[in-house]
Amino acid sequence: MLRIAGIVSGNWAALASVLYLLIIVLAALFGPSLMPGDPLALSADIMLPPGGAHWLGTDDLGRDVLTQLVYGTRVSLVVGGVAAVTATLLGTAVGSVAGFAGGLLDTAIMRLAEFFQVIPGFILAVVIVTFVGPGPTRVVAVIALLAWPQTARVARGEVLRLAHAEFVDALRCIGLAEWRILFAEVIPNALGPVIAVGTLIVGYAILLESSLSFLGLYDPSVVSWGRMLSAGQQFLFTAWWLSVFPGLAILLTVLSLNLLGDTLSDALDPRRMAGRTGT
Amino acid sequence: MLELRGISKTFRQRGQPPLHAVQDVSLAVQPGETLALVGESGSGKTTLARIALRLVEPDSGEVLLDGRSLLQATRGELRAARLRLQPVFQDSSSAFNPRRTVRAILRQVLTLAGATSIDDAALCALLERVELRPATGFLDRYPNELSGGQRQRLAVARAIAPVPQVIIADEPLSGADVSIRAQLLNLLLDLQAASGVAYLLITHDILLAQAFADRIAVMQHGRIVEQGDSRAVFTRPAHSYTRILIEAVQSIDAASSGTRLTDHGRQAC
Amino acid sequence: MTQGRMKPGRTSEPILQVEHLQLRYETRGRVLHAVQDASIVVAPGEAVGLAGESGCGKSTLARAVLGLTPAGIAHIRGGRIVIAGRDVTWFTPSQWEDLRGNPVAMVFQDPLSFLNPVMRVGAQIAEGVRLHDPTADLLRRTRELLEFVRLPERVRRRYPGELSGGMRQRVMLAIALACRPRLLIADEPTTALDATTQMEILALLRRLREELRMSLLVISHDLGLLRWNCDRVYVMYAGHTVEHGPTERVLAAPMHPYTQGLIAASRLARGADGHFATIGGDVPVADRLATACPFNARCPLVMDICRRELPPEFGMSEGGAAKFGAGHAARCWAVRDAGSAVRDA
Repeated sequence: MLRIAGIVSGNWAALASVLYLLIIVLAALFGPSLMPGDPLALSADIMLPPGGAHWLGTDDLGRDVLTQLVYGTRVSLVVGGVAAVTATLLGTAVGSVAGFAGGLLDTAIMRLAEFFQVIPGFILAVVIVTFVGPGPTRVVAVIALLAWPQTARVARGEVLRLAHAEFVDALRCIGLAEWRILFAEVIPNALGPVIAVGTLIVGYAILLESSLSFLGLYDPSVVSWGRMLSAGQQFLFTAWWLSVFPGLAILLTVLSLNLLGDTLSDALDPRRMAGRTGT
Repeated sequence: MLELRGISKTFRQRGQPPLHAVQDVSLAVQPGETLALVGESGSGKTTLARIALRLVEPDSGEVLLDGRSLLQATRGELRAARLRLQPVFQDSSSAFNPRRTVRAILRQVLTLAGATSIDDAALCALLERVELRPATGFLDRYPNELSGGQRQRLAVARAIAPVPQVIIADEPLSGADVSIRAQLLNLLLDLQAASGVAYLLITHDILLAQAFADRIAVMQHGRIVEQGDSRAVFTRPAHSYTRILIEAVQSIDAASSGTRLTDHGRQAC
Repeated sequence: MTQGRMKPGRTSEPILQVEHLQLRYETRGRVLHAVQDASIVVAPGEAVGLAGESGCGKSTLARAVLGLTPAGIAHIRGGRIVIAGRDVTWFTPSQWEDLRGNPVAMVFQDPLSFLNPVMRVGAQIAEGVRLHDPTADLLRRTRELLEFVRLPERVRRRYPGELSGGMRQRVMLAIALACRPRLLIADEPTTALDATTQMEILALLRRLREELRMSLLVISHDLGLLRWNCDRVYVMYAGHTVEHGPTERVLAAPMHPYTQGLIAASRLARGADGHFATIGGDVPVADRLATACPFNARCPLVMDICRRELPPEFGMSEGGAAKFGAGHAARCWAVRDAGSAVRDA
């Protein structure tokens, strides 16, 4: 853990990402309580630019942009987080079993994963949401469905690498059962790259949710960044603040998650653990 | 005591011709002796070792430990038998679970071997036997923090923990420096003298085999081409392949078989 | 081909001269003194071996000679490297680029990681030729080089992954030779190969040396290999060149206790108690420059002075006047005292 913290702090981009994400998380947790006021409350102050009482301005129905942004943070993080965790758990379980068992089971699972990866994800998402209706929970389910192959592949790759590692064979020779080998020895060593991919999925989830909302597939009672973008697009040139701030929020959050995921991927690379320079 | 009879194994992969890794191999390791299985890469020696350790199923043949078949053993019998047949592999980054300390690794092995009270003192005693000193200092280290020689000693510790009768060592000294190699060989000798354990040593180095083993079996393309007392095989090889292996040895000593450094024409593709 | 033993131009000048080189790796506050005091000389046309175990600095030294040590991390702190009369110690990367290939080229231990897996063999060889002679007839030169390393012409269209280990090693040699080097450095050239293939590659190297009048610097931990392929040998320990001399003499009558221990261990010699000869203890950690003999903690002949001072070179030089790099010498206080140290096997 300390070593990972060390690696992350050595990289200024990763450090900035962590700080930004920390702010975002705090905003999601405490923001709504700090900002009294319903983000969807209509008011008479319509189309005000940033400044004064409304730091980031108001929209065409008089709703405060900053409040919406803060409430939207919750939605994005929850959707992104839950979707990523679900996809990761599902993908890891499936991918590990596939890699460890091999043979027909492996082939079958991989064909299934390919099926989900080959289908244009966004279109599938739109189709599903159109049928089952919008809302954060449904979006989470759709994302988990689309993203599990990514973690499955990574988990499977790691497990394949480890399935015949010498220490695994040594444990077989001393009588440890196969399933215990998989869960107690192999999977813990496979988690590094899996977690790294997991952070990328959070970003992917946020983007997907935003895109769906942007297209109008959102739940009217929920405020999200994507929805703000959708509402703001017709005022792009007249009230730039309605699009720029949510857009910036999406951009920075996904970028930070990607940078963090990238750094984590390097830091958790098992090859680093056995680093040795030959002289 | 460990006997392999008529072992054969062919690997089949789609789109490739079948690979006859092992073809009708028979050999035996007597109690307390050292048998070296010598062959180059592709000879099938590693596959044979894995079959003996029951990591791979042979297509035909028998693996017998003390006369009892390992291939037809029940699960319980197999578990008990496996404890008496332990591996030592070549040093590599995956020789140990990188996330476990030395203490955790040894403790796990001892638990699986059936030991009940495993305290630090017991672990230190095990480390002392493989001359990792000061033993207490090693308990909390991770395998990748150890030098190559130290890791191999740990591998030996892992192998002797269940008090095996036979240790199958697959290229345990490859990649080790010459001085480390000698140290490890001395360790193996001492352990054998103290406990009577037998060794099946898999190696490509026929010089090492002759210096360390009582008997040598030479393997080529999945078959044993020659077998016998190590000195006899080395000084009066019967098979042409054995002769080639010996002649390829570039020994420090002028007296040893010198190399005929000929450039064998064009390479076939 | 030239007749007889014709030597090129300046025969008295060594093709490679490393004098008291000191190189260390510096990264994030940690320092590793990989090479502390190494001196080697390679004359035109001769084959020199560099022996030692892991951590002795021989690979670092070989890479330093070609400027291949990692740029921000490896720093030369003393001594110099002279190639064909030019001091290259402080060369910039672009100056190194001109030098690599000619007069010095290098082949490595693992041809698979050296060769580009997605480029045909012929193209890679041609690339080497083109870099040093843009006007050359690439196809003809490639065919010549393949012929030289005894590979059939059809290998030209193959990918490295389709070839055997020995063939890949030959391809690597062909690329190295593309630039007609005067010195070829081979870092553990046969470690990854089978016994029979090793023999063939070494025979090839020997033939190439003779035909091309090329010098050879072989880095290896295998003393037997050096015995059969090198005229002279250097032994390195903990970043120091501790002994050097004609190979046969060094192996038959080693002066330095480390060399003696190394030879005994290599030979798998067994003592009266059945134990194998070895060198007790471990290699010293290289986080500090040695101020005394680096071997003193493990040396059976250790004396008080060994723990206090670094020994200079003592030994015998050939033909009277000591010529740098000639003769048989070791950096050991015991050698000074006894002329040559004798150790019980």
